[in-house]
Order: sequence, then structure tokens, then C-alpha cells
Amino acid sequence: MDALLLQIMNGLDKGSAYALIALGLTLIFGTLGVVNFAHGALFMIGAFCAVTMQKILTLSATTYDPLKLDFLGNPAMIKTPYVNTWFSEDFGALLIDWSVPLSILLAIPVMIGLGFIMERGLIKHFYKRPHADQILVTFGLAIVLQEIIKYFYGANPIPMPAPEMFKGSIDFGMMIGFDANQVIYPAWRLVYFLFSTVVIAAVFAFLQFTTFGMVVRAGMADRETVGLLGIDIDKRFTLMFGIAAAVAGLAGVMYTPINSPNYHMGMDFLVLSFVVVVVGGMGSLPGAVLAGFALGVLQSFASMNEVKSLLPGIDQVIIYLVAIVILLTRPRGLMGRKGVMEE
Amino acid sequence: MSTSNFTRRGVLKTGAIAGAGLATPTFFTAGSASAFTNDPTGSSVTFGFNVPQTGPYADEGMDELRAFELAVEHLNGEGDGGMLNTFSSNALGGNGILGKKVAFVTGDTQTKSDAARASAQSMIQKDGAIMISGGSSSGVAVAVQGLCQEAGVIFMAGLTHSNDTTGKDRKRNGFRHFFNAYMSAAALAPVLKKEYGADRKAYHLTADYTWGWTQQASIAAATEAVGWQTVNNVLTPLADTDFSAYIAPVLNSGADVLVLNHYGGNMVNSLTQAVQFGLRDKMVNGKQFEIVVPLYSELMAKGAGKNIGGILGSTNWSWKLQDEGTKAFVKSFGTKYGFPPSNAAHTCYVQTLLYADAAARAGSFNPCAIVEALEGFEFDGLGNGKTLYRADDHQCFKDVLVQKGNAEAANEYELLEIVEVTPVDQVTYASDHPMFAGGELGECNAGA
Amino acid sequence: MFGLNSKDTRAFLLIATLAMLAPILLNPFPTGSALAQFNAGYPDLMQRFVIFGIFAIGFNILFGLTGYLSFGHAAFLGVGSYSAVWMFKLLSMNVVPALILSVIVAALFSVFIGFVSLRRSGIYFSILTLAFAQMSFNLAYSVFTPITNGETGLQVYNSDPQYLMAEGDPTVTHFFGLEMRETFTLQLGGWSFDFAAGYYMCAFLLLAAFYLSVRIFRSPFGLTLRAIKSNQQRVNYTGLNARPYTLAAFVISGMYAGLAGGLLACMDPLAGAERMQWTASGEVVLMTILGGAGTLIGPVLGAGFIKYFENIFSKINDTVLHQWFAFMPDGLENVIVTIVHPFIGKGWNLTLGLMFMAVVIFLPGGLVEGGQRIGKLFSKRTPSDAASTADRPTE
Repeated sequence: MDALLLQIMNGLDKGSAYALIALGLTLIFGTLGVVNFAHGALFMIGAFCAVTMQKILTLSATTYDPLKLDFLGNPAMIKTPYVNTWFSEDFGALLIDWSVPLSILLAIPVMIGLGFIMERGLIKHFYKRPHADQILVTFGLAIVLQEIIKYFYGANPIPMPAPEMFKGSIDFGMMIGFDANQVIYPAWRLVYFLFSTVVIAAVFAFLQFTTFGMVVRAGMADRETVGLLGIDIDKRFTLMFGIAAAVAGLAGVMYTPINSPNYHMGMDFLVLSFVVVVVGGMGSLPGAVLAGFALGVLQSFASMNEVKSLLPGIDQVIIYLVAIVILLTRPRGLMGRKGVMEE
Repeated sequence: MSTSNFTRRGVLKTGAIAGAGLATPTFFTAGSASAFTNDPTGSSVTFGFNVPQTGPYADEGMDELRAFELAVEHLNGEGDGGMLNTFSSNALGGNGILGKKVAFVTGDTQTKSDAARASAQSMIQKDGAIMISGGSSSGVAVAVQGLCQEAGVIFMAGLTHSNDTTGKDRKRNGFRHFFNAYMSAAALAPVLKKEYGADRKAYHLTADYTWGWTQQASIAAATEAVGWQTVNNVLTPLADTDFSAYIAPVLNSGADVLVLNHYGGNMVNSLTQAVQFGLRDKMVNGKQFEIVVPLYSELMAKGAGKNIGGILGSTNWSWKLQDEGTKAFVKSFGTKYGFPPSNAAHTCYVQTLLYADAAARAGSFNPCAIVEALEGFEFDGLGNGKTLYRADDHQCFKDVLVQKGNAEAANEYELLEIVEVTPVDQVTYASDHPMFAGGELGECNAGA
Repeated sequence: MFGLNSKDTRAFLLIATLAMLAPILLNPFPTGSALAQFNAGYPDLMQRFVIFGIFAIGFNILFGLTGYLSFGHAAFLGVGSYSAVWMFKLLSMNVVPALILSVIVAALFSVFIGFVSLRRSGIYFSILTLAFAQMSFNLAYSVFTPITNGETGLQVYNSDPQYLMAEGDPTVTHFFGLEMRETFTLQLGGWSFDFAAGYYMCAFLLLAAFYLSVRIFRSPFGLTLRAIKSNQQRVNYTGLNARPYTLAAFVISGMYAGLAGGLLACMDPLAGAERMQWTASGEVVLMTILGGAGTLIGPVLGAGFIKYFENIFSKINDTVLHQWFAFMPDGLENVIVTIVHPFIGKGWNLTLGLMFMAVVIFLPGGLVEGGQRIGKLFSKRTPSDAASTADRPTE
């Protein structure tokens, strides 16, 4: 039971990353009708916002200590982060410790800006083109974005520690009535899960309860009519693209302590998140979220020793198998609308 | 109609000429006219450095490339000469090899066996490379080694750690300086026993491909020999980035050691996540829970950051060694690039020197002469102490380092600390050891 | 000629000439000159040009005609390679049985995948093919290692049975005794040209593959496929069931991929699992689009272009750059090298990505359309005549 509970938690955690990326993909598809293969790259760029933030915070003044020698026998270089000198030593260290959550502040404007540029500069010209062209051009963009990141940050993964207070693990089982030491879970993963739920809830609330969101939803349902009402739906859709990019970016920022960011992490997630979107049903926001969590949990179950000993290698293919089965039995995915993407 | 006929006949004619060419070898230039493939006729000799320049191992490839460039400089008498000054063989004089200046071409393996072979082919067929070196995975090493055997050039393996490279896939034209999974295990097991005791229960997570399996089999056998139990071995998909589902069951499995048979990004993520799960803070069976990473590399240590604190693993070499060879190499590498070399860089540098030296001693670039010069060659002064290139399987035998991660490191180059230098006798095995059986070197191939 | 109209004959003769003279055309610079590194006329690369050309032609039959975008075509290439190497291991090093089996196995595999995937269209189809290919790759890399030799790739060992191998048979791949690696080198002044048996074998198969694809494009079957592409519903209303047609196109293109995979193994008897990875499927998409989807020679051009990039362009490193710009004053030289640096050598992926985007944005008809636009600038022909040479690939 405790083993199952642990795997459910693992699955929800994995699933929350899938759900966040899939949510953004669906927002873009639902509003603009564009299949964005560069969405994984946006996730990756979010993660590198955190790396950049860490780099900025640890920008250091260098002094040389003649008493200590480096490996070549020259005076050793001592680096003191500027934040330590500007603020107090303690506060500087605290800032650096909290660099991942702080990166959210950097990631939101950067991602929204990037989303704007992408939509106005590139995607806009592809509304009238076939979906295949959209896939292709965004696929090309994904390659370009990841190569740019590789050029500046190298190919090696970069360690991004979580803040000290979330570094360890929590005996989660004890909180819900298990014996001690039965269900122990990393604190940061719980934070990630909570964070994702908040972001997902915020997106839904924004669409559901604000006038802006209402117009966007109306536009998703019938773009022309909304346009005829004299509402500049394009501008709102552009903003939605920015929001979708920000959601992917935030997913990336907060994921860095779990998965040391590298330049190809976007591609690793892209295939999976597309499977998620398709399983959930193209264009359905609840479908994307539901499928994200469901596939995460399924994948975790498939990784259990008991399952693997019955079906060796099942953990390698489970996601794809599920996608195939769902698509064949429910043509539009779990919650897809009729007529979407079936030209 | 007539045009197309003409083309076809033209080709038939070419074929006929090619057939006639068989009988009269003088028609062949790059091929049969010389005694072996790519016989250097000009004033220079070309090496092919085939390293990953794109893909996840690109940084490792860049470090290898730096070492290659340095080696070529030293061979040509530029720079401070590095390990040429400490090398026990004096055949090289810093004026190229056999009076020829050393030139090189580079290629991108992409860490894919296909791409690596294509790139090696182009170096052999187009650039006239007489020797291929480099690489950062065993799949690539085995694939390129096979190609070099067929083409009749020498392959000096870079970073490849699988037993198979000099085991079941060994080739007469291929040589490996780097250590292997068996040696890692043999070096680690006594240290593990000393540090963690003989009564331990180990849980293995293993990357689900050839290297992972050989690594797991080696370390399981070696630790069981010192009294450890192997509780479980779980195979993890290569493409996975989240290992939580594999790590979570470890806690309640009764194991008190986790062995991560992972490399590269896999290792960085599995280690980071295992530490996050609090494994290292736990007491199991009355003992502190420990994590072991059989194969360490500097770049992975950098990727995992402070998470590697206190974790044991093995490496081929370390820039912190204090012998003359190491000091000379670190000095010239550090002066040129500003940071110390990785053990991948070291093995590539040494392989280049060893090849050059063998050619100089043999007095020829003929692969068969070089094979003869390298087989059973004993040398010193290249950073690993006394080393033997065993004739039976073309594997180098030398001391192996056991290193421990240091979370308090002042910078990213200090993350690993030498715990023990396991002497060569402890890691030596018979060339027909079951883990290496099934291969044969075959005949040396000098090509057309 | 051969049942082709005059325009197609011209295209065919163009390809034939290019293929036959490739060893000369691709080595325009004298060996030893500074520009020799741009030469691509060595057997291994020429073979790759041609083999990936076949792969792309096959892909184009599916994508160019029906508009179904498969992201999993590399799986067929992979199984083709594996079956070919197994033939070498079990029978002998003769390439004929290997090629036959690789096409058959790829056909069977594509019937299965096509039957399932073609029940959906649009992006659903793309994801289904992607899922199948990724599954094949994952399994080939790990669980199926006894069959595929996993990470290392399937190879021929001396200990393999090779039941049909007679005493004295070549131990390298051969066509009834003619070794694939047999190369005739022609020295002409400073130039050196390699004519390899393996290359010409691939080239003949490319011509056959090209000819077949022209016939398919011009056949009633091809027209039906185009009708399906432009409006499947309307086709359905006419009482025609589209699925057998699309399945046939899918299987044919799968067989092309299998042939290409088999040829790869024939030229170099090793089959690695990476051949099946989704990025490999993405590569053939890039090739086809870059060259011009739906056009006849576009895919071949695109394949050549990308392979040239991968193998030649990626080798230009900083040392080479400094040599090129050595004539400039030092400061300027460094500036230029710094600017160019990210795009060459290890940055070839970046350049490729940028070019690919540019093609998708500005030249939906790929390089072929680009060529035509340039051609139009110089010729006085009416635009409509020139435009009809290529079919618009979109929709």
C-alpha cells in the first residue's frame, strides 16, 4: 500500500510537469490553432532562466589570495559574489540559496516576451498555412533555440540546488496516518506538485472568471463571431501565447532542482507532452491536465519491480502503448472536441 | 533513349576498367599501390580525432579535443613538451613522427554508432587518416573499432568503459588505454568493504543497455566476493530523466547501499534525485545508507554538483595525482586552457602519444608494425605509473583510482578526491575471464 | 521514354547524369588544395547521399502525395538494416538476399503500423507513427538486445554461422563476388576521383527507385492519392474508400525506407538502434521539406544537402577558419572568426535549423522552388509554365 502510494505521488509529480507543458500546448492550439513543436524548447528556456538567475546572483568580484595556490602554483582566485558585498553576507547567501524560486521573477517577463516575439514574428504568418507547415517551422525553431542555449551554456547538465529548507525529504506517510519511515518524499517534489496545481488553477480561474478569459474562451469557440463584435481577438490571443509560454517556462524553472537542466531537455519532454495532449484530446484544457496526471501515474506504476518482472521493458513503452490504445478506441482522445485537427 | 544508353554503357565501361584494375595494381593509387591504407607519402601524417561535438556528451568531446590538440603540439615540438619529457620511451624527439609533421582532422560522432562510423569513414577515405582516436561511449568505440579493423587503420580508443571493447568485441587493430567495468569493480570492492563493512545489502539501478549490464555484473560479482548481498537489480530506461519511480522502492527494500550503474545525464539525474529522496540521511539495518557510483567522471561530478559529497566511485586517472607525468601534463594543459584536464582528456592525450611512439619505434606507419610495437609494450611516466599494453586483448593494465565526492569543494574542479590508488595487480584478470570471453583479436589488417 | 513524358524524362536524365558522374562532380577541387575539404566525392558519403535519397523519395510518396506526415519512418529504415545484417550473419555476405529480406520485413512492419496509424489523420496520425517508432527504438536499444545487439549495434562476427558461405567467398559485403568496397581511383593531374562498386550499386537502385516514384506520381493511383490529400471527404463522397490507397502509399514508402536501411547495412554491415530514433525520422522530414515536398527531385536534393552538412560542414573547425581568413589583419580576422564560429563545425545543427526555418517560411516548395524562382529571374518564360514543373507541396 505504501509502495503504491509512493508511486502515485511520483506519478502525480511527473504528471504535473507533463500537465503544465500540455496545458500550454493546448492553450496555443485552442486559441491560435497552431501546433507548437517548439513548446518543449520553451520549457527548456524556462529552466535556463533559472540557470541565468543563478549566474547573475553569483556574479563575483575576483581577488587573488597569495597565500593559497591553485593547481598551477599561481595565487588562487577568490570569488566573492557581489550580492554578498552589496547586501549583508547572510542576505546574499540567502538570495543565492533561493535562486530557483527567485528565477520565477525573471522567467515570467522573459517567457511572456519570448512568447510575444514568437507569435508576432513567426507564428502569425502560419495561421493560414497547413498544420504540417506549423509543425515543421516550430520544429525548426526548437532546434535553433536549443542550439543557441547549447552555444552559451554548454552541453553538460548544470546543477541547480533547491533552497536549503526544501533540500531534504519529509515523512509524508506520518502526516496521513502511516507508520514512520514508510512514505518518505522529497520536500522539493511536494513543492513542485503544489506549485503546478496552483498554476493550473490560476490558468483555469483566469479563463473562467475574468472578462478577458471569457472573451478568449468565446474566441476559441467561434473566432469570427467574436471578431464581428468588434473585439480585437488577435491581441488577446497573442497574450494567451505569452501566457502559455510563461506556463511552460515556470514548469521549467521549478523543475531544475529535480532534473539538472541541459540543452536537450526540451526535446526529451516534447514527444511525451505531445502524446499527453493527443491522449487528452487536442484543444481540451481539462483533457490535457487529466491526461498529464494519468500518464504520469501510469508510467510510475509501470516502473514498479512487480510490474517489470511480469512484462520486462514495459516502462519503456507504456506511454506510447496507452496513446495507441486511446487513439484507436477514442478517436479524439479522452476529452477532445469533434472536428479538431481532422482535416 | 540514346542518351540514357550512353550513360549506362559508360558505367559498364567503368566497371570493366575497375575489373581490369584488379589485375594491374598500378592503376590503384590510394589503394593497392602502397602496402597499407593511407600510407603517408607527403611531409605530414594525418590523425583523425573522432569525438562527440553535438549531443549530450559534447562537453566531454570538447575536452578530448583539447587534449588531442595539445598532444599534436607536443609531438610537433611546440609548447613545453608535456608528458613527452616524462615518458619512459625516448623514441619521439618532438619533431613529428619519423620526420613527418603531425596533422589532424576532427569529426563529430554525435555519440551515435552510425554517425561515428560515417565520420570515421570520411577521415579514412577522404582525409587519409592513418589512425582514429576519441569517442565517449562504448557503443561508439566498438562500432568504430570494427570499422578501423576492416579499413586497415589503427583505432586508439578514447573513453570507453564496457568490458566488451577489449572483451568479446576486441580487435587486432584496436587499443584501449582507458580502464573497464571489471577493473572499476575490482578496485572499488576492497575500498567499499573497508569503508562500509562486509555485511551490506546492495540495491542496483542499472541503465538498460550493454554498458550498464556489464558494469552491473562486474560490480555485483566483486562486491559479493567481499561478502555483500545483492538485493535487487532494476533496469532503467536510457531515455528516462526522472528516476523517482525507481528510487522510491529502495527505501523499504531492506537494502543499505544503492549502486547507480549510470553514466552521463542518467547518472547526474539519478544521483541528484536519490540524494533528494534523503537516502543518504537514512539509517537502515543499523547502518548509514550509502550510494555508490562505479564510474565517475569530472563532468558528471560537475553536473551533479554538491550532491556527490561522500559518494565513492572509480576513475582512470586524476589531475591530482602527484607523479611527474601527471604534473607535467596538468601544467601544460592548465597553462593552455586555464583549468585542469579531465580523465577523458588524459586518456586521449596518452593514446596519441602511445601511437606516435609505437610508430617511431617500429620505424613505420604500417598498422601491423604498430600493432607489433604496442603489443606487450611496457611504459611509465604517462600518469598511471607502470603500465602494460597486454598483447592478448589490447587492454592497458595500470593502477585504478577510487575517488570520493567532496561537497565542500572550493570549485568545480575539486569535487573529487582520491581515496585510494588500487595497485594494478588487484585489477588484473585473465584475458579469457568469463566476462571477457567470446572475442578474438583476429589478424592485423593493413588494408588494401 | 520508358513511359515518361518529356518533362519527367528530363528530370530522370538529370538525376541519372548526376548520379553517374557524382564521383567527378563532387570532387571539384584538387586533392591537397585548401578547398579540398569541401570535396564530398568519397565513397562513404556518396553512398549516404544516394541511400538517404532513396529514403527521402519513399517518404515523399507518402507525405508529398497524401499529406500524411509520418514522424516514425526511421523505424522502417532500422528494421531494414537489422534484417540485412541478420542475412549476413545467417547466410553469406552477398547483398542480394539481404536487400530482399530488408524490403520484405519493412513491408510487413509498415503494413502493421500503417494499418493501425492510418485509422487516424492529421496530427493524430503523426503522433501514432511517432509512438510506434519510439517504442521500436526503446525496445531495440534495451530489451531486444539479443536480436539487435542494443547499444553497440548488430555486427557480423567470425563465429556467425553463415550457412551459405563457401570457402573463399569474400568476407566483406559483395554482389556475387564483386566487393562493395572495390574502388577504382582515377588520378588526373591534381584531381583524384574514386569510383566505388558499392556506390554504383546504390546509384542504380536510386535510379530504379526514382523511376518507380515518377511512375507512381503520374499514375491514376498517384492522382487518387493527391485527391485524398486535397480533400479526403470529397473522395469519400464519390464512393471511394481512401484507406486502402493511403495504406498502399504508406507501405510503398515503408519499403523504400527498408531498401535504404538494407543498403546502409550492405555498404557498412552494422545496424545501430539510433537509426530508429524519432530524431532520425525528423531528419527525413527535414530532407524532404528542404528539397521540396511533392516534387520529384526535391527529396534527393534535400538528402544530399543535409548529409553534406553533417559530414563536411561539421568538420570546419576554428583552426580551419583561421587558415581561411589568415590574409586579413589580425583584429579583423578574429572578429570574423568569432562571428562565424557559432554557425560552423559543432554548430552545424544551428545553421541547419535556421536554413530549415527559412525554407519553410519563404520557400514552401523547398530548394526546388528556390531554383525555379532563380531560373525565372533569368528566363523569359511565362510564370505559369515554370510553376507547373513542381507541385505545390502544401495542403
